[in-house]
Amino acid sequence: MKNVKYTKWQLFSLVLLRVFIGWHFLYEGVIKLYNPSWTAKSYLLTSQGFMKSFYVWMAGDSFISVVDTIMVAGLLVVGVGLMAGIMTRWVAVAGSIILLLLYLAHPALPGLSSGLSAGNYWLINNNLIEIAALMVIYQFPVSYYFSLEFIFKKEKSTEQTV
Amino acid sequence: MSDNKSSWKWSRRDILKGLSGIPFLGTVWWAGASFSKNIQKEKSKILESLNIDAVLPPPTGSMSGDPVRVGIIGFGIRGNQLCRALGFATKSWLSDMKESVSANPQDTRLNEFLDQENLNVKLTAVSDVFDVQAEIALDSFNTDTNQIRRYRTYEEMLDSGNVDAVIIATPDHWHAPIAIAALHADVHVYVEKPMTHNITETYALREATLNSKAVLMLGHQHRQTQSFLTAQDIINKNVLGHVSLIQANTNRNSDNGAWQYHIHEKASPQTIDWNLFLGNAPNVSFNKEHFFRWRKWWAYGSGLSGDLMTHDYDRINCVLNMGIPKSVITSGGIYTHRDGRNVPDVMQINMDYPDFSTGSTQEQGKEKGMTLVYSATLGNQYDRNTILMGHDGTMHLGNRLAVYIDPRSTRFADLLEDNNIDVSVPVYEYDPAAGELDGITSATSRYFANKGLLWTYRDGKRVDSTFLHLREWLSCIRNGGKPSCGIKEGFEEAITAHMGSLSYKLGRRIEWDAGKEEIVSVPGYDLDEVLLANVERVA
Repeated sequence: MKNVKYTKWQLFSLVLLRVFIGWHFLYEGVIKLYNPSWTAKSYLLTSQGFMKSFYVWMAGDSFISVVDTIMVAGLLVVGVGLMAGIMTRWVAVAGSIILLLLYLAHPALPGLSSGLSAGNYWLINNNLIEIAALMVIYQFPVSYYFSLEFIFKKEKSTEQTV
Repeated sequence: MSDNKSSWKWSRRDILKGLSGIPFLGTVWWAGASFSKNIQKEKSKILESLNIDAVLPPPTGSMSGDPVRVGIIGFGIRGNQLCRALGFATKSWLSDMKESVSANPQDTRLNEFLDQENLNVKLTAVSDVFDVQAEIALDSFNTDTNQIRRYRTYEEMLDSGNVDAVIIATPDHWHAPIAIAALHADVHVYVEKPMTHNITETYALREATLNSKAVLMLGHQHRQTQSFLTAQDIINKNVLGHVSLIQANTNRNSDNGAWQYHIHEKASPQTIDWNLFLGNAPNVSFNKEHFFRWRKWWAYGSGLSGDLMTHDYDRINCVLNMGIPKSVITSGGIYTHRDGRNVPDVMQINMDYPDFSTGSTQEQGKEKGMTLVYSATLGNQYDRNTILMGHDGTMHLGNRLAVYIDPRSTRFADLLEDNNIDVSVPVYEYDPAAGELDGITSATSRYFANKGLLWTYRDGKRVDSTFLHLREWLSCIRNGGKPSCGIKEGFEEAITAHMGSLSYKLGRRIEWDAGKEEIVSVPGYDLDEVLLANVERVA
């Protein structure tokens, strides 16, 4: 990427993508964090598709509180990471894993009920699109500004040149 | 990205660039937190006002000790289901399920059966008038760990000393005679609904139960619904106010639902003990259809009133404990299944309780009186909720509970005035599988809860309510205690069902004299003869 020169608008678009996805994760995480009765149980129990038994197992009484805690923590870490620009590439991977788990619980496969979805999907739904967007974030320079990494990267690069 | 920078120190611009995401992060956090907190505040205000305790039924006792020796009397469709709930599945059912699982790995029925708790019973006896059924039981349940014998009659089974308890899953006209004989022999009884087939035997069975050391449980497995204690709490806390109307329904639209069961190809006078099947029913010559589809005739069955209304009646009686209605008036007819049956396929049973009260929030004089309407058709399967309609609120009663506030409620007038309550969504929801939900539940939770699929989960596992009901019966046998659906509940269920049937057959209001504890006589008719008459209507 060193040889590629991005325009200001290209960089701006990439930063915007990162901040918006971070915003989405963070808000979901905060809403769940401040709602003591939130649980992923019904989402897991009504899972459809080939991994149903795995999700129903996760919804069991012995496991559900751990699942809930990991879910909220995961959303917050990915949200904060993407918005503030901390370990951007790693949180993009973590965010993709969360989205993939959500997708596989209710995959947009023909013949399965579309349940809650507001729209109509065939194979690809908004979870998968967001995963693709996170892959972009992993691959491209998205921390040009709006990012704490910007400061630390600058420090590192400065040390190398002195 | 900052490779082209050469200065060691960060410029103010660099710092600003780096930190500029932070205020946005803070704003999103603040927005989410304050939105969530506001909702919690509104919720707790409403929930404090409702003050409902969501409670699960207490677990039943231990299954340890000597195995209980159980005999099954009547090994037909329901008898097979009851045996499976006890832990005994036939070879053919197991192989069907294995095939079904290999065709569809999502079919969990076999695994649920295999995961079922061991109830520590021996299935030692079977009695069925159809050789084929009895032989299936012998072939499937004679194993290294279980010895089962066939008895031609229930008397032989009871006299054998080989059973501690019996399950009665015969046609309705055999329920009481067998149950009474078993109780006289101090053999525990689990009898399918309706408890009896006529009025006289209802009193006789009550007498027999009260004079027996054995435990009687009536097969209304809906008593095991997890939400019913919470529903009782909602009533006790007067959340609904004066309940004036309740509707309960049956909707079916299939041959099976209309009791058009399969007629076995091996059925013949040689394989069926026809006279034993008939018992006290009118003497007619051998008839395969009568044998396999007995629910279609008053001679052996009890129509929609005894067969299906009893479930709904008992479910409401378990929450309200309202007992036998003061009067009943029934209408209906045979509109779809004109196949020679004489029980109606559409039935509306109006049960009036002019003196019953669930409480009130209004001025004195508006607190009494309730009608329970049971409405049934075997010609449509649109799902209608069981609904309790009170002055202050409406409750949808099922495995899932939902309470809606009435816009004209007295009790919630203040909250309504402050616009804190949206009357179009439930102010309180309870779903045993998903935990406690409430008025501001997300669309997601509400969607899943509305599907009503979740309630059969206990500890994350789907459980058969018949299994839980049998377990409670076995726990009462082993550890003592009063069954949730015993003789008091059975007596009320049976009398109410008989009043419904009598009203239909006579085309007139039937009344209950609570002081004398008897159905008010109708001049010119013997009520038991009316009930047993194998014709659609008597008057």
